[in-house]
Amino acid sequence: MTTHALGDTAVLTRRSLTHILRSPDTIITTAIMPIAFLLLFVFVFGGAIDTGAGVGEGNYATYLLPGILLITVASGVAYTSYRLFLDLQGGIVERFQSMPIARSSVLWAHVLTSLVANLVSLVLVVGIALAIGFRSGAGVGAWLAVTGILVLFTLALTWLAVLAGLTAKSVDGASAFSYPLIFLPFLSSAFVPTESMPGPVRWFAENQPVTSIVNSIRALLEQRPVGAELWIALAWCTGILVVAAALAITVYRRRMR
Amino acid sequence: MTAALQVAGLRKSYGALEVLTGVDFEVERGSIFALLGSNGAGKTTVVRILSTLLRPDAGTAVVDGHDVTAHPAAVRESISLTGQFAAVDERLSGRENLELIARLRHQKDPRQIADALLERFSLTEAGGRKAATYSGGMRRRLDIAMSLIGDPKVVFLDEPTTGLDPQARVEVWDAVRELAANGTTVLLTTQYLEEAEQLADRIAILHRGRIIANGTLAELKTLLPAATVEYVEKQPTLEEVFFAIVGEDAPVTQEA
Repeated sequence: MTTHALGDTAVLTRRSLTHILRSPDTIITTAIMPIAFLLLFVFVFGGAIDTGAGVGEGNYATYLLPGILLITVASGVAYTSYRLFLDLQGGIVERFQSMPIARSSVLWAHVLTSLVANLVSLVLVVGIALAIGFRSGAGVGAWLAVTGILVLFTLALTWLAVLAGLTAKSVDGASAFSYPLIFLPFLSSAFVPTESMPGPVRWFAENQPVTSIVNSIRALLEQRPVGAELWIALAWCTGILVVAAALAITVYRRRMR
Repeated sequence: MTAALQVAGLRKSYGALEVLTGVDFEVERGSIFALLGSNGAGKTTVVRILSTLLRPDAGTAVVDGHDVTAHPAAVRESISLTGQFAAVDERLSGRENLELIARLRHQKDPRQIADALLERFSLTEAGGRKAATYSGGMRRRLDIAMSLIGDPKVVFLDEPTTGLDPQARVEVWDAVRELAANGTTVLLTTQYLEEAEQLADRIAILHRGRIIANGTLAELKTLLPAATVEYVEKQPTLEEVFFAIVGEDAPVTQEA
């Protein structure tokens, strides 16, 4: 039966990607908030922010983009838990579970769909950023590294979303988990350097996952050496991924028997 | 040949709430078995256990020769479940729903299977439309059609006509009769006495977590006091009036 796991996952992934293609608004609404933040910060607040090059100096769009990309993923995974929750509510998951398919393929299909949908939103946001002045001389290797970090980050948040979708009691509850995740980049190095923050806030900002991820992506895009922060970023992403996936799979197994 | 379903001493509780307190019954191959009971009698719990979605606390359930607890994967090869609420994918068309299930059941030609089932359930014209636009009856028919893919030996229908209008109900009844005519074993749950009377070869009454009566319609009727003869002027039933007004034939009543 497990020999069908890949085929079953492919069939179910195709199903949920069809859903997204039929309502592309879910990808567009996912991208609207981060794009609004991008425009707001670049054209309204950016001129008053000193990122180290002096007030109003330096390319703020480039400075800002890594944080905006993380916000894009954080708002995108809200739809992942929403879609999973609706499937569970509608009884279609029970239909799948009573069929001779690999049971885990139901979750994997949602995870892969989330990855594809978020990557599309990310490309959209990078496109807008390029249009308003984001520039990077980063080579193929650096871009591949950035993509790798974003994929890992998306998978980590996706498994959190799966956990939220599995345990939610209502549609609103299913997507509410993403609000703190969207807020987290504001308490990090994403918008302003952490040196400008008061003690306790600065301590929190410097020790939460977003800062190390943002700094790593920023260094890669600005062609600076990444250093130890890359390893901290990867450790955070992998840690969240492993814990969330383990919890989600346990909850899923328990729920189904 | 052994029975298609053998259920003995089945128990299930949710916390302090005892839903099933020892359920026993058998269903012959190729027959229609109705599990009759009011809301909360435990009908859905029985179906969920038989379709491997729920583990029983005690007792055994054997489906098509496979024990549901010991060999759930083998059971899933033999069965098909149509749950209480039509579990179709509303954002896909009728055809896409059928092809989806055909692919998941690893069938060779999903497209041809979809064609045949759309035709058989009079959904050919609606096949390209999203299931969200279907009427309740069409949705149920699609639901049942999805259950037939891969020729399962046993089909579970949990309250297949709850919430349907009389016409849609007749359509579903016809579909169920056709199933049994092709040799499929059908277990259906219902809270409508008439439905059990119309469809079932055997009827079991589930009450407060146990089977309190089990037999053919004729056998169940003998449980009542002997009939007394009275002269009653026969009034048309509301259902007969309904069908007379909307201009369609009432369902053929098959009284023994």
